Amino acid sequence: MTQQKLDKYEIMDVSLLAGKIMLESGAETYRVEDTMMRIAASYGIKKSHSYVTPTGIMFSLETKEPTKTKLIRISERTTDLKKVTMVNSVSRTISQGNISLEEAYEMLQEIEATNVAFPLWVQLVAASISSGCFLIMFQGLWTDFIPAMFSGGLGFLTVVYFHRLIPIRFFAEFTASLVIGLLSALLVASGLGTQIDKIIIGSVMPLVPGLSITNAVRDLMAGHLLSGLSKGAEAFLTAFAIGAGIAIVFTLL
Amino acid sequence: MHIVEQIITSFIASAAFGIIFNVPRESLLKSGFVGMVGWLIYYLLTFYGVDEIPSTVVSAFFIAIISQIYAKIYRTPIIIFTVAGIIPLVPGGTAYDAMRNFVENNYNEAISLAAKAFMISGSIAIGIVFSEVINQIIRQSKLNAKAKYRP
Repeated sequence: MTQQKLDKYEIMDVSLLAGKIMLESGAETYRVEDTMMRIAASYGIKKSHSYVTPTGIMFSLETKEPTKTKLIRISERTTDLKKVTMVNSVSRTISQGNISLEEAYEMLQEIEATNVAFPLWVQLVAASISSGCFLIMFQGLWTDFIPAMFSGGLGFLTVVYFHRLIPIRFFAEFTASLVIGLLSALLVASGLGTQIDKIIIGSVMPLVPGLSITNAVRDLMAGHLLSGLSKGAEAFLTAFAIGAGIAIVFTLL
Repeated sequence: MHIVEQIITSFIASAAFGIIFNVPRESLLKSGFVGMVGWLIYYLLTFYGVDEIPSTVVSAFFIAIISQIYAKIYRTPIIIFTVAGIIPLVPGGTAYDAMRNFVENNYNEAISLAAKAFMISGSIAIGIVFSEVINQIIRQSKLNAKAKYRP
């Protein structure tokens, strides 16, 4: 009896850990719910309920004994689609049924602990290059390519460092867009750049909340109205912070 | 010549976004490809005079279709491909113009641009919904076919 009870809690722990990693790494809410219920089902729990919002997970297992429910809070969210993919493949192996509960738990813990992100300098280079490319896509001039790379890269660095420095939401985005605006104005004033509008649009693109927007839409479509709306609100506030930073530069000019 | 320029930059930009979002290494080129196709469809449609809103719907639709196919083949979450593809469509430029006009007290211009940005975001959503509908129809017809063949 006690053994069985313990098992139920272990199943719950495995599902919740998987859900937690996915949600923290930027997966869609409906995918998180689906994965958790699949894991529980493949360990023999036919009835499970999950309620996932961007800030917390509630999960309960219906068994013959009283239903067990657990709640965890999600406070930190980043974007790490590799972790989502890794948890997804673990959940696939679990569904195929050739992995024990302990093994699955260990694998998930390993995924949670590892840092699979690209090194910062690679991300910085990627952000700079994408800023330059977006400039061209938005009909900018090739002469502005290097200025856009500069201000885009610096904006990205600002976001990363301010997130670490001051844990206030949307402040990093605001500062970064301020930096981008000032740098672009400076570059244009010194004659290194020509079209300030295009340079700013290109360099702001790495900050744009693209993932939140896509996730919000997919969640709303899947009927997760609460998550969809709150992610939409997050995206809107990020966009607003970026806009406010640029707006300040224009009022100064 | 313009088109070659657009093809190369959109491919690189989408793949670079994959790096920022930490997409698995082996999916980087694929997400770059999805972004490239989406942007090319959008670019060509707007180039030949189609309005931005229907062009966004069409290209979001194709992005979602290709992403679904990729997600099925490579057994990965679909979001890896859709994110990279959709980023170029996000109305950053329009939203920026709206913000600039707000700051310069041109409220009429600003409101109409903001409405346009909102409409474009909505059309991205519509494009994704359409592709999801088609996906569901295909899945159901497959299930029905299987059910019919079962004795």
